[in-house]
Amino acid sequence: MSKHDFKQVLEPTPFHARVDEQCMVKNWTSWNGYQTARVYDTLAAEYFAIRSSCSVMDLTPMEKYRITGPDAFTFLSRLVVRDISKLQAGRVTYVLWCNDEGKVLDDGTIFQLAENDYRLCSQHHQLDWLLLSSLGMDVDISQETHEVAALAVQGPTSYSVLTEAGFSGLSQLKPFRILQTNLHGFEVMISRTGYTGDLGYELWTDPANALEMWDAIFAVQHLYNIRPIGLDALEIVRIEAGFIMPGDDFNTAETTVRADHDRSPFELGMGWVVNFDKPYFTGKRALIAEHSLPVKRRLVKMSVTGNKPPADSFLFDGKNGKRIGTINSQVWSPILKANLAMADIEYRNGMKPPEIWAEIYYQKELEWRATWAECRIVEKPFWSHPRRSATPPGQY
Amino acid sequence: MTRSVVIVGAGHNGLICAAYLAKSGYEVTVLEARDRVGGGASTVSFADGYSVSGLAHILHSLSSKVCRELNLAGSGLEAGPPVDTISLDRQGQHLTLGANTVTGDGVSQKDVEAYRDFKKEFRTYAAALDPLMMNKPPRLKDMDSQDKFTLAKIGWKLRFGLGAKSMREFLRVGGINIYDVLNEIFDNETLKGAIALDAVLGHHMGPRTPNTVLTYLHRVRGENQGLQTLPPGGMGQVTQAISDAAHGFGASIRPGEKVKRILVNDGKASGVELFSGEQLHADIVVSNADAKTTFLDLVGTGELDAMFAHRVNKTRTRGTVAKVYIALRELPQFRDLSPAQLGQRLLVVPDMRYLEHAFNHAKYGEFSQAPVLEITIPSIADPSLAPAGHHVMSVSASYAPYELKDGWEQQRTVFMDNVIALIGEYAPGFEQLVVDKEILTPVDIETEYGLTGGHWHQGEMTIDQSFMMRPVHGSAQYDTPVEGLFLCGATAHPGGNVTGIPGHNAAQRILKIQGEPG
Amino acid sequence: MFTPEILASALSFISQGTRKTKYGVQARARAYRRTGNGTVTMIYSRVLRETHRVNMKKYDAIVIGAGHNGLTNAAFLAKAGLDVLVLEKNEYIGGATASRELHEGWMYSNCSYVCSLFRPEIYQALDLGEHGLEVVPLQGSTTFKQDGDYFGSYHQPAVRRREIARHSKRDADASIRFDADLMKWCRLVRGFLLRTPPDPASLKIRDAMEFAYLLKSFYRLTESQIYEFIRFFTMSIAEYLEEYFESDAILAHFSGGSIIGTGLGVYSPGTAYVLLHHAMGDVDGNIGSWGFARGGMGSVSKAIASSFQSMGGEIRTQADVQQILVKGRQATGVVLDSGEEVYAGVVVSNLDAKRTFLNIMARKDLPDELYRRASNFKIRGSSGKLNIALDGMPQFPALPIGSPLTLGHMHFTDTLERLERAYDDWKDDCWSRDPYVDTLIPTQYDPTMSPAGKHMMSVFVQYCPVEVEGGWTDAKRDAFGETVINQIASYSPNFKDLILHAEVRTPREIEAEVGLTEGNIFQGELTLDQLMFNRPFPGYAQYRGPVKNMYMCGSSTHPGGGVMGAPGANAAREILLDMGRENTTPEDFGDD
Repeated sequence: MSKHDFKQVLEPTPFHARVDEQCMVKNWTSWNGYQTARVYDTLAAEYFAIRSSCSVMDLTPMEKYRITGPDAFTFLSRLVVRDISKLQAGRVTYVLWCNDEGKVLDDGTIFQLAENDYRLCSQHHQLDWLLLSSLGMDVDISQETHEVAALAVQGPTSYSVLTEAGFSGLSQLKPFRILQTNLHGFEVMISRTGYTGDLGYELWTDPANALEMWDAIFAVQHLYNIRPIGLDALEIVRIEAGFIMPGDDFNTAETTVRADHDRSPFELGMGWVVNFDKPYFTGKRALIAEHSLPVKRRLVKMSVTGNKPPADSFLFDGKNGKRIGTINSQVWSPILKANLAMADIEYRNGMKPPEIWAEIYYQKELEWRATWAECRIVEKPFWSHPRRSATPPGQY
Repeated sequence: MTRSVVIVGAGHNGLICAAYLAKSGYEVTVLEARDRVGGGASTVSFADGYSVSGLAHILHSLSSKVCRELNLAGSGLEAGPPVDTISLDRQGQHLTLGANTVTGDGVSQKDVEAYRDFKKEFRTYAAALDPLMMNKPPRLKDMDSQDKFTLAKIGWKLRFGLGAKSMREFLRVGGINIYDVLNEIFDNETLKGAIALDAVLGHHMGPRTPNTVLTYLHRVRGENQGLQTLPPGGMGQVTQAISDAAHGFGASIRPGEKVKRILVNDGKASGVELFSGEQLHADIVVSNADAKTTFLDLVGTGELDAMFAHRVNKTRTRGTVAKVYIALRELPQFRDLSPAQLGQRLLVVPDMRYLEHAFNHAKYGEFSQAPVLEITIPSIADPSLAPAGHHVMSVSASYAPYELKDGWEQQRTVFMDNVIALIGEYAPGFEQLVVDKEILTPVDIETEYGLTGGHWHQGEMTIDQSFMMRPVHGSAQYDTPVEGLFLCGATAHPGGNVTGIPGHNAAQRILKIQGEPG
Repeated sequence: MFTPEILASALSFISQGTRKTKYGVQARARAYRRTGNGTVTMIYSRVLRETHRVNMKKYDAIVIGAGHNGLTNAAFLAKAGLDVLVLEKNEYIGGATASRELHEGWMYSNCSYVCSLFRPEIYQALDLGEHGLEVVPLQGSTTFKQDGDYFGSYHQPAVRRREIARHSKRDADASIRFDADLMKWCRLVRGFLLRTPPDPASLKIRDAMEFAYLLKSFYRLTESQIYEFIRFFTMSIAEYLEEYFESDAILAHFSGGSIIGTGLGVYSPGTAYVLLHHAMGDVDGNIGSWGFARGGMGSVSKAIASSFQSMGGEIRTQADVQQILVKGRQATGVVLDSGEEVYAGVVVSNLDAKRTFLNIMARKDLPDELYRRASNFKIRGSSGKLNIALDGMPQFPALPIGSPLTLGHMHFTDTLERLERAYDDWKDDCWSRDPYVDTLIPTQYDPTMSPAGKHMMSVFVQYCPVEVEGGWTDAKRDAFGETVINQIASYSPNFKDLILHAEVRTPREIEAEVGLTEGNIFQGELTLDQLMFNRPFPGYAQYRGPVKNMYMCGSSTHPGGGVMGAPGANAAREILLDMGRENTTPEDFGDD
């Protein structure tokens, strides 16, 4: 029986030796209990590495579950709201899943590795829910977060970097596809997936090979600008790309204590993932009932005029109008030169408010000031680039 | 076109539901896995020429409304004469408990009066709960008008039917254990033991388990319907009468047809598939099986929400009673017990401490070292149950937990012999009279009767598994998450005992939701 | 009876009394003591004797019993400007909330031992911080397993999560669901603590309004949450936890809190709720964390007493009330065992319901029904306590060296079956052969309770019966203590050698000393028949006694035991309402 090491508060990932070496500011935080860098050096440099060259991020803390067995597909199909019947070996799909009341528990991606063999990645701890959902099904579920080392290599030069680093076969890899390859004799799985809205890949391997894989990528640093990036840079690009973050942009259903503080896919603007034609899935009845009524509130993407940060701002239906919502997360987008926000707002009769104003409090040299800024709802991602899906990807 | 109904299981509740629906004009088919109707309330023969009631052997709670509305007497239902309860004493100081009276050598006048008042008070409580019993449990949010009416009626009955004093007392004792209540009221230990047994029989509870006042209220409620009887011909006669009534209304009853699964199409129940491969399509499917069997086995978790299935899976259905059938060459001789008294309901439960100790074992997967017995000799009133001069004895022996640490395979005869030896302590020479014997452990009951865990009541009747939480919330009003699928067994409100109320309420609910057929 | 002379001297006393409020005034037959209120380690007051000839004075209110609820009640009455006297039978105050030096150099919190449920609203309203109270949060808890391993619930969330995962990965994730669910019930029930329960049989507007509040609180839950709450309220802790967890040690660990002080087992329906009684406490917003009062639990009562005295209140110790005086269906005062009579407009009893009605009220003053209810009131003691002076820090080899887990609660029962069997023994009037113990060594972070380098261990024991076969004797009490010590010693090899002194308390000792009937730490069991509007009895749950001007303020009343202060504050609110005075008691802070 292994004893517990109480002195180690946050767990190191298999890349820790390199991460620790590269992280200049030692600004650590916990990501699912793992020691993770918020920033390595400077935020701006990391952000522009993603958008203009190549970034590397330690993805290991992302929760990973292996789902195998004869009922693996039935299990997953009953778990998630999306129709995954077109999924096949070598492909990846984005999914989200709900509780009985149709409120979102988490989102993530399903990787089909082989027949009856899947990997589910999620933002939060889901083992309890997965096992609970597996009642009566012939399926084997295990958490493999610590058993798989993962790196995200993202940015316009990521294809060139990986190719230069020795990974072959990437040129024909389309978005949401998986490539099984190897490097220096060890197996690496590469998926063309990511959280940046840009060209990018995610690399999966045995933790024993983690450092070697990291080193192979950074070995071509003399040719390309490659930077390790922390969570703060990721936060900017994921909002630019319009991805929601369970737990930040909305309360996940499992952790919600107050009634009505959880959110359905429709309320998150994710109705497009929900499929009522597929066989039964958890939350279907509740979502069908909800769908027949006008939307009461929605998480929306908004751009906020001006340059004052609308952090934690209340939203109104006009200057000094009625309060209709709050901003849940926001960033300044260096590439769009605009404040981008995820905001939870009330809809009236299923309609979005004609006008939205944010009351912004901001500080200049310890003096607090207030201003009003008009907000505009954006339905598409704030920023997207054709290079994201170009196959073969552009070479640099 | 007439709307069709398939009912899975011909237990008494399934049959009653069938009778009501057929009477209202539905086209009803009842499918029963066993070769006879009645489920737990049927008559079985266990040795050549000896017959006995399968599980339930005393009729004590059958709803008078159901009997009247379905004219069960017209279909041949015979309740038989009322029987008393006699708590046996090794020294022959037996105690006889009637509905209102208690007699015996050791009983004080104070206890005699207290017993009369206690029974009266508890029958009043039970009556106050009547609106709740005979209706679907109200939902606590999004109530319909029927729910509001039910709640208003209960509120009125509690406050103005019982009066402030009794209402307060009811609210005080409603959630606690019978042990404390009886200790407040009575002195005689045997009397307390006998009453306490009624509160725990068939449940995974001892007298000190909170909740046992509620289970006792269920039992007392039966006395508002009619006194306990040993029906001639066994319980099978009762369910046969109900079956005949249902048949008379036009229901088709098909024994020997085991349902493999309930067909669900786009979230709606569309019929059943039999083990024979045959599919029967119907507009409505009603399950008389318990919640676990219905949802987890027949419907399948794939058609249900995950947490709902989890809740069903976590319902507590651990049976605690074994049934022992004994064939006797002649009537046993109990000390100071007249032959007339032998025909009553006999108990072996000297006091509450004995009962609690018997229960202690069940908590740890052991059977009681000193079991608690409920004994009837139905062949006294109905000699046709045994060869001439011979008799059959039916014993409900507690506690015999479903999950036995050592496994029942090895232990079944040990427990059966313990039971017989224990009876021998009260009736010397008893062992020599035994011609044949058989035991049904909870595991056997599960296999034979399809009751999960061998649980008599299709699920513990604790507060958290009662009313709007029976069998689980989300399926407590007889309808289920699967459209067109209904529950009608003891797994549904108000629970077990041969009351017929779940069947009655389920039928009312179906008529309300589906409207009149055709 | 009131001669002009007596009235005049009473008036002269009142004027004198107000001048002395800064110090507080203690009265004892024909003599007044003035107490200082700044001593740190001792709760015995330094007493200045002062002779006075007059003992006849009518107080606005007398509170019988200087337990924490009596003092809280008195303090809120004093805050409203009333002239209040608290009478205490012992020479020390605090009742079961006391610290006493029973072995030279060691302070024992010899009854209650942790402070978590104490309402922060009361803490703030009575300025207890200014009056010297400091509550330090406790850090974590451990269950030692029979196989040599342990389960540690660490204070640090990431470390705790990994430790749960070491026993079961699933349980680590399930604990997220469990915590959120428990928080829902906490939020609901906490809102009722500082309120008076409505009488369901009443047709009065105020009761209807309270019911409306109750319903409104429920209706803030979703429909399925309402059912889940009812289930939580009525289920056994073991079965409730089994809906979340699978690991034996974790199930046993989280169940323990539900049987503390309770005459029920982990499989008895109704015990899940008791968990809340221990879990809804918070220290500085950390829900579920327990706190330790610096200097021992006596610091709590001392701070309340100090607050009370600063507002002009009087406390008399060694003043054992023999009877509540009733005249014309009205309480008029009390008579002490010395024969002295003290008069007051209002009499409040901090004693448990059995003692209040069966010991210090005359049978003729009680309606038959109340008398019957008081006789049947369930107040079976089920707990024992050991206070142990240690020569050094005991070692627990199962724990890694330097483990912070010794700073928190330590338990030695690792399965539900062992917990339940401990209860079976109690049902048979035996102490548990394999008891559940809650062990704490507060001297690790409170240096005021033992000499430097030495330690004090507090051991709470479940179950210990009120009566054993043949009756308790000192020898049996010691055998009980031996059982407990042996259990701890089997996980700590040097433990026995370190013991310098051990105080062993069975319900017999607790009753004899503190006056808790049958040694029940909650002043009455926390079962459904004795909660909310049923506490202590149906129809008497609103703090008012059977005669006018007589009230109850102890843990026998809603919301029950635990060092909460809420019963005292709630009773004060009702008294002030009846008197037409301004309400000085605080409202719940609320959570939203």
